[in-house]
Amino acid sequence: MSVIAAGTPVPEFTLNSEDGETFTREDLLGKTSVLVFYPFAFSPVCNDQLTLYEEVLDELAARGATLYAISTDARWSQAAFKEKLGSSIRQLSDFEPKGATARAFGVLNDGGFTQRALVIVDPDGVVKWSYQAPSPGDLPGANLIFDGLAS
Amino acid sequence: MSDLRSAPAPALTDEDHVRGDLAAPLVIFYGDYTCARCALTHARLATAPVRVAFRHFAIAAKHPRAVPLACAAEAAARQGRFWQFHDALFADPGRSDDPHLWAHATALGLDLDRFERERREPEVAARVSQHTRAGMRAGIAQTPTLLHDGKMLPGIPDAKLMARLTG
Repeated sequence: MSVIAAGTPVPEFTLNSEDGETFTREDLLGKTSVLVFYPFAFSPVCNDQLTLYEEVLDELAARGATLYAISTDARWSQAAFKEKLGSSIRQLSDFEPKGATARAFGVLNDGGFTQRALVIVDPDGVVKWSYQAPSPGDLPGANLIFDGLAS
Repeated sequence: MSDLRSAPAPALTDEDHVRGDLAAPLVIFYGDYTCARCALTHARLATAPVRVAFRHFAIAAKHPRAVPLACAAEAAARQGRFWQFHDALFADPGRSDDPHLWAHATALGLDLDRFERERREPEVAARVSQHTRAGMRAGIAQTPTLLHDGKMLPGIPDAKLMARLTG
């Protein structure tokens, strides 16, 4: 399995947002979105990753990009994680069916959790750029998101 | 809008904080004074035969005191006491409020009024931000991260890595 390639239309998917509402492919249309797939809420690398991206959120917004953080954690766990980090990045849960969206994007780890990956989607719902970390323990720098947006 | 696309880490300049034997292997240490892992890395590097250049990777979203502590260290630098203040901060982790900074400054014989004024100057904050953003552009995403011999080495250096760094 490998991360969805640039130029590919985003597949149909359903995630759950923090408030229990569904989030689908249609919610990505009309804007540039950065999907941040991460393995586990509260794990050390994931802590560092989301706080790093939080630091440059304004600059990403200035480039028209909205970030979404996606994992197979339940939305309650994600909400607690978000609150602990003081993060403003919207969390989307791939809990049920577990990992279905991650699988659709080619980022489901054999262990049943999301790989650490970044997918930038353009306003037409097409993948503009994608990246998968060599291992779940490797943290993609913020520079990569800016590279992807400029690509 | 400033550029945060990938770029190599800046080469060492006279503006960098560097200490150690000129002939020793160079290690560039991107760190944060609120980071416990950085404190441990600092302790390991301090006793190793390496030349260390320290650059700030201070992320406000990670800890509210990350940037203020980095600015305090830069203010101490303006009075010629960067490394002493740097060592004091890492030796006393978790004690990062203003009275703790004043205590360090006083113990080092700094002009406290000048320290207080300069740590809040925009130029000092700009220097810390410049380090951090250059680190981001180089792909640094966590602290500690060491740069050595063209390689990026995130995390606390273990015994094997320390042996590699000291050649």
